[in-house]
Amino acid sequence: MKILATYNIKGGVGKTATAVNLSYLAAQDGLRVLLWDLDPQAAASFLFRIRPRVKGGGRALIRGSREIDASIKGTDFERLDLLPADFTYRNLDLVLGATKKPTRRLARLLAPLGADYDVIFLDCPPGISLLSESVLYAADSLLVPLIPTTLSVRTLDQLTEFIGGLDGHRPDVLAFFSMIDRRKRLHLEIASQLPEERADVAATIIPSLSLIERMSVERAPVGAFAPRSRAAQSYRELWTEVRARAL
Amino acid sequence: MLPYARVVVLPADAAGQPADETARGALGSRFTLASAGRPRTVRRAWLDTFDWRLHRAGCTLEHVTGPRPAELVLTGRDGAQLTQQASRLSWPALAGELPAGPVRDRLEALSGIRAVQPVARAVSTVQDLRVLNTDAKTVAWISLDHTAVRQPAAAQLPTRLLVTAVRGYQAEAQQVARLLADAAGAAAGPAGSPLDAALAAAGRRAEDYSSKLDVHLSPGMPAQAALRDVLLYLLDALEANVPGTIRDVDTEFLHDLRVAVRRTRSALKLAGDVLPSGLRERFGTEFKWLGDLTTPTRDLDVYLLGYQDMAAALISAKPAELAPFHAHLRAQRAAEYRKLVRGLRSARFTRLTCEWRAVLTGLPPGRGRRGGYSAAELAADRIGRAHRRVLRQGQAITPDSPPERLHDLRKRCKELRYLLEIFASLYSPRAHQRVVKDLKGLQDCLGEFQDRQVQQEEIREFASQMMGEEGVPPTALLAMGELAGQLGLAQQGARDEFAGQFREFASPASEHRFRVLMGGTSR
Repeated sequence: MKILATYNIKGGVGKTATAVNLSYLAAQDGLRVLLWDLDPQAAASFLFRIRPRVKGGGRALIRGSREIDASIKGTDFERLDLLPADFTYRNLDLVLGATKKPTRRLARLLAPLGADYDVIFLDCPPGISLLSESVLYAADSLLVPLIPTTLSVRTLDQLTEFIGGLDGHRPDVLAFFSMIDRRKRLHLEIASQLPEERADVAATIIPSLSLIERMSVERAPVGAFAPRSRAAQSYRELWTEVRARAL
Repeated sequence: MLPYARVVVLPADAAGQPADETARGALGSRFTLASAGRPRTVRRAWLDTFDWRLHRAGCTLEHVTGPRPAELVLTGRDGAQLTQQASRLSWPALAGELPAGPVRDRLEALSGIRAVQPVARAVSTVQDLRVLNTDAKTVAWISLDHTAVRQPAAAQLPTRLLVTAVRGYQAEAQQVARLLADAAGAAAGPAGSPLDAALAAAGRRAEDYSSKLDVHLSPGMPAQAALRDVLLYLLDALEANVPGTIRDVDTEFLHDLRVAVRRTRSALKLAGDVLPSGLRERFGTEFKWLGDLTTPTRDLDVYLLGYQDMAAALISAKPAELAPFHAHLRAQRAAEYRKLVRGLRSARFTRLTCEWRAVLTGLPPGRGRRGGYSAAELAADRIGRAHRRVLRQGQAITPDSPPERLHDLRKRCKELRYLLEIFASLYSPRAHQRVVKDLKGLQDCLGEFQDRQVQQEEIREFASQMMGEEGVPPTALLAMGELAGQLGLAQQGARDEFAGQFREFASPASEHRFRVLMGGTSR
């Protein structure tokens, strides 16, 4: 079982769209996939039409008083399950803080799911917190969407530096450009230059396309409602690259 | 966690309305139905062993082919399903011959050395529908299943609605199943396979064959009638196993056929005096011929079945060095099997079974020879004598007795065992079981002793045959020598064990259990 987390310190960079589309594509590829929507905003749960509610809330899950297994919901797609978000996830840092070895907690909770799933995607809320440290410890690879600004490149540096300073397990980092506006020269320059300079930046880019925004209307991955679109094609290319590098 | 699955069977009078309309009407406004593609045609073959091992274990095995990749589906008693993709299979097949996967793993434990083969076949048209909640999220699937049975006979099954929950939506699926069941005026049952319905529609039932001797006798019935019922049952069992033996489906057909012959011979020998005079002698000879016909192939089967274990137990030689021996066994087996098939297709065999059936069914209904002898009296007399014979011969065996004495004792034990089996229905099952258990321990020991001796003699014979063959390396003969040595050790082990086993069989506690059994015939 591999654990892939879509993560960025910044918000609004396309983490959830990535997690939803890649988990869909992984399941289409025949893998058994679980997506855990860790963000209390519950966007991934919404996109799969699953109500954002977990019995006992985040506290019961993190403390282990309720089996993760019992909270998992099947999506409309074969082999793809979702562990929904819950509004109480906003307090996960506090719950984690009250456990022993909080940074290892998520890894411990996910380990028993290895028999049921080939890949687990973690869709994380932005920011650096105890939860994100726990995610970094659990994940085999971090998928980091970047928007093409100088500032976001700096954020990637901060993140890799932070991971470099971690004790014990350190996830691999695979960043990629998302929300690229092909009409903007700066976007294209940064998006073509950086992958050549850095091994941890993928060659695939995800353009800014209205079809990706349309996911929230269709409430489905782009591959499900527009399988031949450029948006679907971009995510397929990204999945191919992620699969080759991270699985 | 198991997926929730329930089946609603539409009553025959619902046939006027399309099943999807029935379902749509039943769900009302709480759920909506969405089509999930065009109807698909699915071919199903239900598989089981000849003695219904899967059905007896509450399992069904289906090979499903259609537009989706072909798969094997094994459903347990609790509805839990194991599936594995499996195309281009041919039947019959031993579990070990199937592609690797979870179904094969489970099947190996269930079917053992028996092959599975189709017991029914059907063609179904399946229409999948999604059940959506108010968020338009799929919470369950309904599969409308119209099945036409093709084998063992043509029949149309009532339409089945299979409701399966999407993970985490069990409550919704339960509600859907309830609404459908209410509308159909039926109950939502567990999602078992429609195999029993398919068999019933074709006028058959599952578990109509068992290798166990299952004849119900009543203590007061005339002895001749009791023996006739037993012998007819054994003739049925014998004939039932002929086609499978000729087709060489698995080794148990021949085994069961031989058991039927041996039981018949023992019944004739030990109780045949209640039949009209001359019958025992006339048919005794013929059944001996039949028994002898089957022996060489069975002996080679036993060798081949135990081959892997024997090869794995070699210490000095490598298992691979035994390969020429394996090839020799297989070649011998093929030759003996051809002779066996010729015998089973011969006029002599046909005449034997036909005449035997005619004689048995034509027996006069009266009390036969030996006047008012009842089934219970016959059983008590013959079992009592056989038991005394075993005790007498066993007590006469000392550490210096030649092997022949143990072989004779083994035959006496078998006779006692067959009598106990033939008349089992006259006794309390519990008391019967305990006596058989006492006897079985002794039989196993004697069997081990004789089988290992026979195998040692055979292995020498095989070795001298192989010496004359071209290309047999000396390492193969050396490995066979080691094998013979191991068989000798195993035989010695059984010989050492004999005294203890017999002491236990002849113990006061065992004697007491025997007396309890014999005292409880009149039911």
